[in-house]
Amino acid sequence: MQKTNVAYDSKVEGEVIVTQADAVINWIRKHSVWPMPMGLACCAIELMAAGGSRFDISRFGMEVMRFSPRQADCMIVAGTVTYKMAEVVRRIYEQMAEPKWVVAMGACASTGGMYRSYATLQGVDRIIPVDVYISGCPPRPEALLDAMIKLQDKIGRERSVKNLTERNAKTADAKLAGAGKES
Amino acid sequence: MAESEFAQLKERFDYLTERESADHLAVNCPADHLVGFCTALRDELGYDLLLDVTAVDWDAQSPRFTGIYHLLSTTKHEYLRIAVNCVDSIHPSLPSLSGVFAAANWHERETFDLMGIHYEGHPDLRRILMWDDYPYHPLRKDFPLAGIETPLPADDVAEATNAKVLPAPMAGGPFVSSADGPMSQTEPRARDESWNEQQEKPVE
Repeated sequence: MQKTNVAYDSKVEGEVIVTQADAVINWIRKHSVWPMPMGLACCAIELMAAGGSRFDISRFGMEVMRFSPRQADCMIVAGTVTYKMAEVVRRIYEQMAEPKWVVAMGACASTGGMYRSYATLQGVDRIIPVDVYISGCPPRPEALLDAMIKLQDKIGRERSVKNLTERNAKTADAKLAGAGKES
Repeated sequence: MAESEFAQLKERFDYLTERESADHLAVNCPADHLVGFCTALRDELGYDLLLDVTAVDWDAQSPRFTGIYHLLSTTKHEYLRIAVNCVDSIHPSLPSLSGVFAAANWHERETFDLMGIHYEGHPDLRRILMWDDYPYHPLRKDFPLAGIETPLPADDVAEATNAKVLPAPMAGGPFVSSADGPMSQTEPRARDESWNEQQEKPVE
Protein backbone atom coordinates (compact mmCIF):
# COMPACT_ATOMS: atom_id res chain seq x y z
CA MET A 1 0.00 0.00 0.00
CA GLN A 2 1.08 3.53 -0.70
CA LYS A 3 2.52 5.40 2.24
CA THR A 4 0.19 8.28 3.00
CA ASN A 5 1.82 9.64 6.16
CA VAL A 6 4.45 12.15 5.27
CA ALA A 7 6.84 13.24 7.98
CA TYR A 8 7.40 16.96 8.35
CA ASP A 9 10.81 18.30 9.24
CA SER A 10 10.69 22.09 9.64
CA LYS A 11 14.48 22.37 9.50
CA VAL A 12 14.55 20.87 6.03
CA GLU A 13 11.32 22.10 4.52
CA GLY A 14 10.66 25.39 6.23
CA GLU A 15 6.97 26.24 6.32
CA VAL A 16 5.99 23.95 3.50
CA ILE A 17 4.45 20.50 3.98
CA VAL A 18 4.53 18.10 1.06
CA THR A 19 1.81 15.51 1.07
CA GLN A 20 -1.00 13.96 -0.97
CA ALA A 21 -4.52 15.25 -1.34
CA ASP A 22 -5.88 11.90 -0.13
CA ALA A 23 -3.81 12.10 3.02
CA VAL A 24 -4.93 15.64 3.81
CA ILE A 25 -8.61 15.01 3.16
CA ASN A 26 -8.62 11.78 5.15
CA TRP A 27 -6.66 13.38 7.98
CA ILE A 28 -9.25 16.13 8.23
CA ARG A 29 -12.15 13.71 8.00
CA LYS A 30 -10.95 11.14 10.44
CA HIS A 31 -10.21 13.58 13.22
CA SER A 32 -13.60 15.27 13.09
CA VAL A 33 -16.07 12.43 12.95
CA TRP A 34 -19.46 13.71 14.11
CA PRO A 35 -21.44 10.73 15.29
CA MET A 36 -25.20 10.49 15.05
CA PRO A 37 -26.39 8.34 17.96
CA MET A 38 -29.10 6.03 16.61
CA GLY A 39 -29.92 4.77 20.10
CA LEU A 40 -32.54 2.03 19.88
CA ALA A 41 -31.95 -0.14 22.96
CA CYS A 42 -29.58 -0.82 25.85
CA CYS A 43 -26.45 -0.35 23.66
CA ALA A 44 -27.33 3.34 23.68
CA ILE A 45 -26.63 3.40 27.43
CA GLU A 46 -23.09 2.17 26.77
CA LEU A 47 -22.85 4.74 23.99
CA MET A 48 -23.72 7.44 26.53
CA ALA A 49 -21.10 6.05 28.89
CA ALA A 50 -18.53 6.33 26.11
CA GLY A 51 -19.45 10.00 25.85
CA GLY A 52 -19.12 10.56 29.60
CA SER A 53 -16.02 11.62 31.50
CA ARG A 54 -14.87 8.12 32.47
CA PHE A 55 -14.37 6.87 28.92
CA ASP A 56 -14.33 10.25 27.18
CA ILE A 57 -14.75 9.71 23.46
CA SER A 58 -13.47 13.26 22.90
CA ARG A 59 -9.90 11.99 23.38
CA PHE A 60 -10.20 10.68 19.84
CA GLY A 61 -11.82 13.72 18.27
CA MET A 62 -15.37 12.46 17.81
CA GLU A 63 -17.31 13.72 20.78
CA VAL A 64 -19.61 15.99 18.80
CA MET A 65 -22.75 13.86 18.94
CA ARG A 66 -25.40 15.39 16.72
CA PHE A 67 -29.02 14.38 16.97
CA SER A 68 -29.76 15.77 13.53
CA PRO A 69 -28.66 13.54 10.66
CA ARG A 70 -27.89 16.63 8.58
CA GLN A 71 -25.06 17.59 10.92
CA ALA A 72 -23.55 14.13 11.35
CA ASP A 73 -21.40 11.87 9.23
CA CYS A 74 -21.21 8.64 11.22
CA MET A 75 -24.33 6.80 12.30
CA ILE A 76 -23.84 4.59 15.35
CA VAL A 77 -26.71 2.09 15.26
CA ALA A 78 -26.88 1.16 18.94
CA GLY A 79 -29.55 -1.39 19.60
CA THR A 80 -32.21 -3.70 18.21
CA VAL A 81 -33.59 -2.67 14.83
CA THR A 82 -37.17 -3.86 14.48
CA TYR A 83 -38.80 -4.12 11.08
CA LYS A 84 -41.03 -1.22 12.04
CA MET A 85 -37.98 0.92 12.90
CA ALA A 86 -35.97 -0.18 9.83
CA GLU A 87 -37.74 2.37 7.67
CA VAL A 88 -36.84 5.17 10.06
CA VAL A 89 -33.18 4.10 10.29
CA ARG A 90 -32.93 4.03 6.50
CA ARG A 91 -34.56 7.45 6.11
CA ILE A 92 -32.28 9.03 8.70
CA TYR A 93 -29.29 7.46 6.98
CA GLU A 94 -30.43 8.90 3.65
CA GLN A 95 -30.65 12.38 5.21
CA MET A 96 -27.00 12.34 6.28
CA ALA A 97 -24.63 14.23 3.99
CA GLU A 98 -21.85 12.39 2.16
CA PRO A 99 -19.30 11.17 3.05
CA LYS A 100 -20.91 9.06 5.76
CA TRP A 101 -20.10 5.93 7.69
CA VAL A 102 -22.07 3.44 9.78
CA VAL A 103 -21.06 1.56 12.93
CA ALA A 104 -23.27 -1.39 13.91
CA MET A 105 -22.94 -1.45 17.68
CA GLY A 106 -23.69 -4.73 19.44
CA ALA A 107 -25.11 -8.10 18.54
CA CYS A 108 -28.60 -6.87 17.67
CA ALA A 109 -27.55 -4.20 15.18
CA SER A 110 -24.98 -6.56 13.63
CA THR A 111 -27.06 -9.74 13.26
CA GLY A 112 -30.35 -9.42 15.12
CA GLY A 113 -28.60 -10.84 18.17
CA MET A 114 -30.74 -12.88 20.48
CA TYR A 115 -33.92 -11.60 18.82
CA ARG A 116 -34.49 -14.39 16.32
CA SER A 117 -38.10 -13.40 15.99
CA TYR A 118 -40.76 -12.17 13.62
CA ALA A 119 -40.29 -8.55 14.67
CA THR A 120 -36.52 -7.98 14.40
CA LEU A 121 -34.40 -7.12 11.37
CA GLN A 122 -31.58 -9.69 11.30
CA GLY A 123 -28.74 -7.19 10.95
CA VAL A 124 -28.87 -3.52 10.00
CA ASP A 125 -26.58 -4.28 7.03
CA ARG A 126 -29.69 -5.49 5.22
CA ILE A 127 -30.82 -1.90 4.80
CA ILE A 128 -27.71 0.29 5.13
CA PRO A 129 -24.00 -0.34 4.38
CA VAL A 130 -22.04 -0.95 7.60
CA ASP A 131 -18.34 -0.05 7.98
CA VAL A 132 -17.56 -1.45 11.42
CA TYR A 133 -19.34 -4.13 13.46
CA ILE A 134 -18.94 -4.36 17.24
CA SER A 135 -19.57 -7.63 19.07
CA GLY A 136 -21.02 -7.72 22.58
CA CYS A 137 -24.40 -7.55 24.26
CA PRO A 138 -24.02 -4.72 24.97
CA PRO A 139 -20.39 -3.92 24.07
CA ARG A 140 -18.39 -2.09 26.70
CA PRO A 141 -17.52 1.55 25.99
CA GLU A 142 -13.91 0.48 25.29
CA ALA A 143 -15.21 -1.71 22.46
CA LEU A 144 -17.02 1.27 20.98
CA LEU A 145 -13.88 3.40 21.26
CA ASP A 146 -11.88 0.63 19.59
CA ALA A 147 -14.43 0.47 16.78
CA MET A 148 -14.29 4.23 16.31
CA ILE A 149 -10.50 4.09 16.11
CA LYS A 150 -10.84 1.28 13.55
CA LEU A 151 -13.25 3.49 11.64
CA GLN A 152 -10.66 6.28 11.72
CA ASP A 153 -8.12 3.86 10.27
CA LYS A 154 -10.60 2.93 7.58
CA ILE A 155 -11.29 6.56 6.74
CA GLY A 156 -7.52 7.10 6.57
CA ARG A 157 -7.20 4.43 3.89
CA GLU A 158 -9.99 5.69 1.63
CA ARG A 159 -9.34 6.94 -1.92
CA SER A 160 -11.07 10.22 -1.21
CA VAL A 161 -9.88 12.18 -4.27
CA LYS A 162 -10.97 9.41 -6.58
CA ASN A 163 -14.44 9.52 -5.07
CA LEU A 164 -14.64 13.27 -5.71
CA THR A 165 -14.68 12.91 -9.52
CA GLU A 166 -18.12 12.87 -11.05
CA ARG A 167 -17.97 9.45 -12.70
CA ASN A 168 -16.76 7.69 -9.60
CA ALA A 169 -19.24 9.47 -7.41
CA LYS A 170 -22.03 8.05 -9.57
CA THR A 171 -20.76 4.49 -9.26
CA ALA A 172 -20.35 5.02 -5.54
CA ASP A 173 -24.01 6.09 -5.36
CA ALA A 174 -25.07 3.00 -7.29
CA LYS A 175 -23.10 0.80 -4.90
CA LEU A 176 -24.74 2.49 -1.98
CA ALA A 177 -28.22 1.93 -3.38
CA GLY A 178 -27.42 -1.75 -3.78
CA ALA A 179 -26.29 -2.15 -0.20
CA GLY A 180 -27.71 -5.24 1.38
CA LYS A 181 -28.71 -6.81 -1.93
CA GLU A 182 -26.35 -9.71 -1.35
CA SER A 183 -27.94 -10.64 1.96
CA MET B 1 -61.81 -16.45 52.03
CA ALA B 2 -61.90 -16.46 48.26
CA GLU B 3 -64.91 -18.74 48.33
CA SER B 4 -67.01 -16.38 50.39
CA GLU B 5 -66.00 -13.52 48.12
CA PHE B 6 -67.12 -15.51 45.12
CA ALA B 7 -70.37 -16.38 46.87
CA GLN B 8 -71.02 -12.68 47.42
CA LEU B 9 -70.37 -11.94 43.76
CA LYS B 10 -72.44 -14.90 42.62
CA GLU B 11 -75.36 -13.76 44.73
CA ARG B 12 -75.51 -10.51 42.86
CA PHE B 13 -74.28 -11.59 39.38
CA ASP B 14 -75.82 -15.02 38.82
CA TYR B 15 -74.20 -15.48 35.40
CA LEU B 16 -70.70 -15.85 36.92
CA THR B 17 -68.91 -19.16 37.44
CA GLU B 18 -65.82 -19.65 39.55
CA ARG B 19 -62.55 -20.25 37.73
CA GLU B 20 -59.59 -22.27 38.95
CA SER B 21 -56.85 -19.93 40.14
CA ALA B 22 -53.44 -20.29 41.78
CA ASP B 23 -53.54 -16.86 43.38
CA HIS B 24 -56.44 -14.41 43.37
CA LEU B 25 -60.16 -14.75 42.92
CA ALA B 26 -60.99 -15.56 39.31
CA VAL B 27 -64.36 -15.71 37.61
CA ASN B 28 -65.75 -16.66 34.21
CA CYS B 29 -68.10 -14.12 32.75
CA PRO B 30 -70.19 -14.41 29.57
CA ALA B 31 -69.18 -11.84 26.93
CA ASP B 32 -72.57 -10.09 26.79
CA HIS B 33 -72.51 -9.32 30.53
CA LEU B 34 -68.88 -8.13 30.65
CA VAL B 35 -69.46 -4.38 30.36
CA GLY B 36 -72.27 -4.33 32.92
CA PHE B 37 -70.27 -6.50 35.33
CA CYS B 38 -67.17 -4.30 35.07
CA THR B 39 -69.20 -1.10 35.47
CA ALA B 40 -70.72 -2.49 38.69
CA LEU B 41 -67.29 -3.62 39.90
CA ARG B 42 -65.87 -0.15 39.30
CA ASP B 43 -68.74 1.91 40.68
CA GLU B 44 -70.05 -0.22 43.54
CA LEU B 45 -67.44 -2.78 44.55
CA GLY B 46 -64.30 -0.64 44.51
CA TYR B 47 -62.40 -2.37 41.69
CA ASP B 48 -61.22 0.97 40.29
CA LEU B 49 -58.03 0.00 38.42
CA LEU B 50 -57.81 -2.09 35.28
CA LEU B 51 -54.31 -3.55 35.35
CA ASP B 52 -54.13 -5.78 32.33
CA VAL B 53 -56.06 -6.93 29.30
CA THR B 54 -54.74 -9.96 27.49
CA ALA B 55 -55.96 -13.18 25.92
CA VAL B 56 -55.20 -16.89 25.75
CA ASP B 57 -55.08 -18.94 22.55
CA TRP B 58 -56.10 -22.52 23.42
CA ASP B 59 -55.09 -23.71 19.93
CA ALA B 60 -57.27 -26.70 18.93
CA GLN B 61 -59.79 -26.33 21.76
CA SER B 62 -63.16 -24.69 21.41
CA PRO B 63 -63.75 -21.93 22.26
CA ARG B 64 -60.26 -21.10 21.04
CA PHE B 65 -59.78 -17.62 22.55
CA THR B 66 -60.31 -16.41 26.10
CA GLY B 67 -60.01 -12.74 27.00
CA ILE B 68 -58.40 -12.09 30.40
CA TYR B 69 -58.85 -8.96 32.52
CA HIS B 70 -57.05 -8.15 35.77
CA LEU B 71 -58.66 -5.65 38.11
CA LEU B 72 -57.33 -4.17 41.34
CA SER B 73 -59.21 -2.50 44.13
CA THR B 74 -56.96 0.28 45.41
CA THR B 75 -59.05 0.58 48.58
CA LYS B 76 -59.50 -3.12 49.45
CA HIS B 77 -56.10 -4.09 47.97
CA GLU B 78 -57.57 -7.09 46.25
CA TYR B 79 -57.15 -8.44 42.77
CA LEU B 80 -59.81 -9.96 40.56
CA ARG B 81 -59.31 -11.90 37.34
CA ILE B 82 -62.11 -12.08 34.80
CA ALA B 83 -62.01 -14.59 31.96
CA VAL B 84 -64.33 -14.25 28.99
CA ASN B 85 -64.59 -16.86 26.26
CA CYS B 86 -64.93 -15.69 22.67
CA VAL B 87 -67.93 -17.44 21.17
CA ASP B 88 -66.63 -17.31 17.60
CA SER B 89 -63.23 -19.04 17.21
CA ILE B 90 -62.71 -17.95 13.59
CA HIS B 91 -63.46 -14.23 14.04
CA PRO B 92 -63.07 -13.78 17.82
CA SER B 93 -64.61 -10.67 19.26
CA LEU B 94 -65.36 -9.24 22.70
CA PRO B 95 -67.10 -6.09 23.90
CA SER B 96 -64.69 -3.21 24.49
CA LEU B 97 -64.11 -2.00 28.04
CA SER B 98 -62.67 1.33 26.89
CA GLY B 99 -65.91 3.09 27.90
CA VAL B 100 -65.56 1.80 31.47
CA PHE B 101 -61.80 1.98 31.98
CA ALA B 102 -59.76 4.37 29.82
CA ALA B 103 -56.77 2.06 30.40
CA ALA B 104 -58.46 -0.59 28.27
CA ASN B 105 -57.93 1.44 25.11
CA TRP B 106 -54.26 0.63 24.41
CA HIS B 107 -54.41 -2.78 26.09
CA GLU B 108 -57.18 -3.81 23.73
CA ARG B 109 -55.25 -2.45 20.75
CA GLU B 110 -52.30 -4.59 21.80
CA THR B 111 -54.43 -7.70 22.22
CA PHE B 112 -56.06 -7.03 18.86
CA ASP B 113 -52.62 -6.60 17.27
CA LEU B 114 -51.02 -9.74 18.66
CA MET B 115 -54.01 -12.06 19.13
CA GLY B 116 -56.50 -10.77 16.57
CA ILE B 117 -59.44 -10.30 18.91
CA HIS B 118 -61.83 -7.59 17.75
CA TYR B 119 -63.14 -5.37 20.52
CA GLU B 120 -66.62 -4.22 19.56
CA GLY B 121 -67.18 -0.55 20.35
CA HIS B 122 -63.47 0.35 20.62
CA PRO B 123 -63.01 3.97 19.49
CA ASP B 124 -59.77 3.39 17.53
CA LEU B 125 -58.94 -0.27 17.02
CA ARG B 126 -55.63 -0.03 15.13
CA ARG B 127 -52.47 -2.08 15.55
CA ILE B 128 -50.17 -0.67 18.21
CA LEU B 129 -46.93 -2.72 17.97
CA MET B 130 -46.75 -4.17 14.49
CA TRP B 131 -47.20 -1.84 11.50
CA ASP B 132 -50.66 -1.18 10.06
CA ASP B 133 -50.40 -3.43 6.99
CA TYR B 134 -49.00 -6.44 8.83
CA PRO B 135 -51.22 -9.39 7.84
CA TYR B 136 -50.79 -11.73 10.84
CA HIS B 137 -51.36 -11.85 14.59
CA PRO B 138 -47.99 -13.03 15.95
CA LEU B 139 -48.96 -14.34 19.40
CA ARG B 140 -51.44 -16.86 18.04
CA LYS B 141 -50.39 -20.45 18.51
CA ASP B 142 -50.31 -21.18 14.78
CA PHE B 143 -47.85 -18.33 14.07
CA PRO B 144 -44.20 -19.49 13.96
CA LEU B 145 -41.80 -17.61 16.27
CA ALA B 146 -39.39 -17.04 13.37
CA GLY B 147 -42.06 -15.13 11.45
CA ILE B 148 -43.49 -15.33 7.94
CA GLU B 149 -42.12 -13.65 4.83
CA THR B 150 -43.89 -10.34 4.14
CA PRO B 151 -42.88 -7.07 2.45
CA LEU B 152 -41.19 -4.33 4.51
CA PRO B 153 -43.61 -1.69 5.79
CA ALA B 154 -42.12 1.03 3.55
CA ASP B 155 -42.29 0.33 -0.20
CA ASP B 156 -39.50 2.73 -1.19
CA VAL B 157 -37.07 1.32 1.38
CA ALA B 158 -37.94 -2.21 0.27
CA GLU B 159 -37.29 -1.23 -3.33
CA ALA B 160 -34.01 0.56 -2.61
CA THR B 161 -32.55 -2.16 -0.42
CA ASN B 162 -34.32 -5.30 -1.67
CA ALA B 163 -34.88 -6.21 1.98
CA LYS B 164 -37.91 -8.16 3.15
CA VAL B 165 -39.39 -9.37 6.41
CA LEU B 166 -37.94 -12.89 6.43
CA PRO B 167 -38.31 -15.77 8.87
CA ALA B 168 -35.49 -15.40 11.40
CA PRO B 169 -32.87 -18.19 11.29
CA MET B 170 -33.79 -20.28 14.31
CA ALA B 171 -30.81 -22.70 14.13
CA GLY B 172 -31.79 -24.82 17.09
CA GLY B 173 -33.41 -21.93 18.93
CA PRO B 174 -35.23 -20.46 20.76
CA PHE B 175 -32.18 -19.20 22.61
CA VAL B 176 -32.50 -19.37 26.36
CA SER B 177 -30.19 -18.79 29.29
CA SER B 178 -30.38 -20.84 32.45
CA ALA B 179 -31.36 -18.84 35.48
CA ASP B 180 -28.62 -20.08 37.83
CA GLY B 181 -24.88 -20.63 37.70
CA PRO B 182 -22.01 -18.21 37.11
CA MET B 183 -22.48 -15.60 34.37
CA SER B 184 -19.94 -17.34 32.13
CA GLN B 185 -22.26 -20.36 32.02
CA THR B 186 -25.52 -18.51 31.51
CA GLU B 187 -24.98 -17.00 28.06
CA PRO B 188 -28.06 -17.65 25.90
CA ARG B 189 -27.78 -21.00 24.13
CA ALA B 190 -29.92 -22.80 21.57
CA ARG B 191 -32.34 -25.13 23.26
CA ASP B 192 -31.59 -27.82 20.68
CA GLU B 193 -27.83 -27.80 20.06
CA SER B 194 -27.90 -30.79 17.70
CA TRP B 195 -28.09 -28.39 14.73
CA ASN B 196 -27.05 -24.85 13.84
CA GLU B 197 -26.36 -22.69 10.79
CA GLN B 198 -23.34 -24.79 9.76
CA GLN B 199 -24.73 -28.20 10.65
CA GLU B 200 -28.08 -29.36 9.29
CA LYS B 201 -30.94 -30.45 11.48
CA PRO B 202 -30.76 -34.23 12.02
CA VAL B 203 -33.63 -36.15 10.38
CA GLU B 204 -35.69 -38.10 12.86
